[in-house]
Amino acid sequence: MHTNTLAIEVTDLTVAYRDNPVLWDVDLAVPAGILMAIVGPNGAGKTTLIKAILGLVPIAAGQTLIYGKPYAVQRRLVGYVPQRGSVDWDFPTSVLDVVMMGRYGALGWIRRPGRRERDLAYEALEKVKMHNFADRQISQLSGGQQQRVFLARALVQDAQVYFMDEPFQGVDATTERTIVTLLQELRSAGKTVVVVHHDLQTVPQYFDWVTLLNVRRIASGMVSEVFTEENLRLTYGGRVTLIGHNSASSMLSEPLSAADHNKG
Amino acid sequence: MDLMSMLQAVLFNYTLRTVALGAATLGIVSGALGCYAVLRRQALLGDAMSHAALPGIVLAFLLTGTRQPLVLMLGAMVAGWLATLALIGIVRTTRIKEDSALGILLSVFFGFGMVLLALAQKQPNAAQAGLSKFLFGQAASLVVRDVVTMVGLGTVALLLMLLFWKEFKLLSFDPDFGTTQGFPIRLLDIGLTALIVVAIVVGLQTVGVVLMSAMLVAPAAAARQWTDRLGVMVALAAFFGALAGVVGAMISATARGMSTGPTVVLCISAIVVFSIFFAPNRGLVWNMVRQQRNRQHLLRRVDRELVLEPE
Ligand SMILES: Nc1ncnc2c1ncn2[C@@H]1O[C@H](COP(=O)(O)OP(=O)(O)OP(=O)(O)O)[C@@H](O)[C@H]1O
Ligand SMILES: [Mg+2]
Repeated sequence: MHTNTLAIEVTDLTVAYRDNPVLWDVDLAVPAGILMAIVGPNGAGKTTLIKAILGLVPIAAGQTLIYGKPYAVQRRLVGYVPQRGSVDWDFPTSVLDVVMMGRYGALGWIRRPGRRERDLAYEALEKVKMHNFADRQISQLSGGQQQRVFLARALVQDAQVYFMDEPFQGVDATTERTIVTLLQELRSAGKTVVVVHHDLQTVPQYFDWVTLLNVRRIASGMVSEVFTEENLRLTYGGRVTLIGHNSASSMLSEPLSAADHNKG
Repeated sequence: MDLMSMLQAVLFNYTLRTVALGAATLGIVSGALGCYAVLRRQALLGDAMSHAALPGIVLAFLLTGTRQPLVLMLGAMVAGWLATLALIGIVRTTRIKEDSALGILLSVFFGFGMVLLALAQKQPNAAQAGLSKFLFGQAASLVVRDVVTMVGLGTVALLLMLLFWKEFKLLSFDPDFGTTQGFPIRLLDIGLTALIVVAIVVGLQTVGVVLMSAMLVAPAAAARQWTDRLGVMVALAAFFGALAGVVGAMISATARGMSTGPTVVLCISAIVVFSIFFAPNRGLVWNMVRQQRNRQHLLRRVDRELVLEPE
């Protein structure tokens, strides 16, 4: 399944807000056709990493490539699902309208979305099981529904590489399954999906690759190889420990204990 | 003056017709573009830019010696623009937050404008006489030449807004996503802000720098109560703006010595208050009725289920 082309290649990436470095010398090589989680504590720079790759925050040093070329020329190939809280959900617009925004780039300047865009948007809404809400004003959605609308907006773009910032934030178990199934379908279609994820327990179950990040890149690779207790401790500062350590399968069944387990 | 004779005056009195046309134009333009200021939470920016226009207007007059509407409006635009640049500069290079920076800029520019105005009024030149109308607005002073300029500028601004409808919507809802869609969001931001400056400038002579921002914010706020769609909101805000503009201008033009700004703002405030209370779905009255109905419905259900339950 893995080909030799790298979908995402980040070298020596450093990002700072004012004089405070948030990402330090990060390297990343992500093969095409995988599902990858980015994990790390709050403020680790996960959102910043995605935004830096997408050119949304200025880069202090380093470079990022999508399929071997700078993002600026590969923009069409890249879909983005921002953190849900990043927009005003009281904006006067409908669900279908928001999803159609995923086609704006392909439409280009001035041309208005028409029949085709409508149909595509509706299809994308069907994929996330939100088609019954197409005409709903967006303020009348629950958190999980908002999340799915954002997913549909990214899907409608038909990209090759997807960056998703905490798509599982505040969704119930059913919605989580819907989204996971969707991510797996994307992977089967040869797409590369990078997801910021907070639930360490489900990492081995949902993802093939994982990047552990805390300002520096602690580790990045196949879950079975790099998702170890040692790396987690390096990432979360020794406060997190997996009980039935080292093997991915045991992590699945064992609960995760935080903070007090490792004292002394 | 009752409504009928007012209507007659507007239709058949040349001066009043001019004034009404000017007021309608200003209401439409500021109402429509004000929606973006409100949706992007830039109401305060609008206020700062309109206050900042004063020194621009007076300086333009002092430098050129004419009161050509286009010259004064250009002065206002340049000043508004400088204020925006200063704002960006302050926020980027210091730790002062945007709202404080806006407060500072508003007072500094407006204070400077007042000083310049005092200077201009010392001039023997009779032409300066009309400058102070820019403080609180004087619709009665509108002449055909002014209205032609207002309509021209307003039409261009509205056409650009319609042309870049999709882009401005994206900018207002989710600028980061807009960037990933390949649009130069910074440039669009500058463009939309420039259109809002035009909207302000169009209304300055009629409403005045002090109250102009109300004509950006209030029609949009009222329109938002009635609809959940951007297109309808913009159209409604334009209508409310025009209504308040025309009625306010008529009242002030027919009552001696009354500034137009305050009367227009009173009219639009009435529309806002009415909308807050009576608009369907979002209106307070509607909400109260709905809550009451829901409560009774629930109580009845609870009663029924209690009856069914065995003791
Ligand atoms: N616009 C900004 N200006 C200044 N500092 C910022 C800005 N955005 C983020 N930061 C800082 O950068 C660091 C990384 O933030 P980032 O949002 O990337 O973290 P994250 O890993 O996504 O966290 P979370 O899990 O809470 O979403 C944090 O310390 C944060 O305070
Ligand atoms: Mg984040």
